Formats: sequence, structure tokens, C-alpha cells
Amino acid sequence: MVVANQYLALAAVLFGIGLVGVLVKRNMLVVFMCIELMLNAANLTFLAFARQSGDMSGHAIAFFVIAVAAAEAAVGLAIVIAVFRTRGTLNVDEVATLKN
Amino acid sequence: MSDVAEKWVFWVFAVPLIVSAAGVVVARNPVNSAMSLVAAFFFLAGIYVLLTAHLLAFLQVLVYAGAIMVLFLFVIMLLTTGDEDFGRTRVKVMQVAGACGAAGLVAVIVLAVHRLGPMAMRRVGPDFGTVKAVGRILYTQYLLPFEATSLLLLVAIVGAVVVAKQRI
Repeated sequence: MVVANQYLALAAVLFGIGLVGVLVKRNMLVVFMCIELMLNAANLTFLAFARQSGDMSGHAIAFFVIAVAAAEAAVGLAIVIAVFRTRGTLNVDEVATLKN
Repeated sequence: MSDVAEKWVFWVFAVPLIVSAAGVVVARNPVNSAMSLVAAFFFLAGIYVLLTAHLLAFLQVLVYAGAIMVLFLFVIMLLTTGDEDFGRTRVKVMQVAGACGAAGLVAVIVLAVHRLGPMAMRRVGPDFGTVKAVGRILYTQYLLPFEATSLLLLVAIVGAVVVAKQRI
């Protein structure tokens, strides 16, 4: 039988890959995709614990996470479009006006 | 499902999931990253089915792979002008430090999970994770968050239009 630990470790690896992407990638859109990956890792943790405890509240929370991810993607991509329109770049390092 | 079969199905979905998730980070072209992410979402839906979360697996394919990734691809097509070079750029020290830090974090979490000792799955009834059961819990115990979600989506729609549109 697959124990819950394996699902949790898988979620940790998935979260780590997403975190590496957020820290290393310079393209704004790819950074966004990696954030989606991290949200999915959190969802996997919720569902693993829901299955482990036999309580379906985890399913409801995962449902809300998907809804929030959809909202976040819509607003985030709108911000990416607005930034591209004013700065003409997708590189996160070049959008540093507040730094000075 | 027998224990051996369950173990095999887990690895059949877990290994491609990690490979395609790594593909999101490794790929140079954003379109390739997006396609890797779609594949990762499909494999993750398989893992959800293994966790008897059938409704969530369905939503994963429908909302993530269907709606969100189409939105991503639209924006990539819209913003990629074609004159970017996806060649190797110089890796900065901060990027290496970030990657090492993330790897260390994963190592700590995996070690902590391992130290918990094996947590066996509880036996669940046949209606666990079905549309009916999850729908019932959403409309009774989680009614207020559910309604708040509808408001959140409305705000997101209006916000996206306001931010992205040049002149309103």
C-alpha cells in the first residue's frame, strides 16, 4: 500500500521544482507557471491528508485553491500584459524601477 | 486495487510528473514550458484519482489544463515577439544560491516527512471524493467560503479587464 508519506514527499519535490523555477527563471510568464506548480503541490498535500484521515474537508480546500489559482492567473497575466506594454520586456530583472 | 498495483500506478504517474515539472524549469522556450506544465497537470490528475479524489482530478484537467493553460498560451503568443534569443544566458550567483536553497528546503521537508513514520491510509467508503459528497460538504460546511469564492472570481474578472485594457 502506498503510504501518505510518499504523496507528501512527491508534493515536496514538486514544490521544490516550482521554487527553483521562481528563483532561477527570468521570464515573467515562466515564473508564473512555476507558481502554479507550487499551488498544485499544496493541493496534493491537502488531498493526501484528506485521504489519510478520511475527512473530505481537504477536498473542499483544494477546490478553493483551484478557484484562487484561476483568479490569480487572470489578474497576474493582466499585470504581465500591462508591464509588457509600458516596459516592453518580460524579464523580471529589468522591471526594477522601485529599486532606485 | 491490490497493493502492488497501487504502488505501480503511483510510480507510473509520479516519475513522469516530476520529469515534466522539471521540464517547465529546464525549457528555454516559454511555449515548451507551458506544454510541459499541461503534461504535469494531467499526471497530477492521475495521482488525484489514486487518492480517490475524483472530482478534484476532473477539475484539475478541466480548469488547470483546459482553462488556465489556454490563458497562458494566449498571453505567450500575444507577448512573444519572436526576436528573443532563448540561448544560454550567464548564470548569476544569486540564481545558484536560490537553487541550492530550494534544494536544501526540499531535503529538509522530505527528511521530516520520512521521520514521521509510515502513515497508513484509512479505509474510506465508496462515496469518498465523489461529486455528490464534495458538493454536499461545499454547500453545508463551507457555504460562506464558497460564496466568497464567487465574489473573488468577480473581482478577478473586473480587475483583469481594468489592468489589461489600455483605455476604459
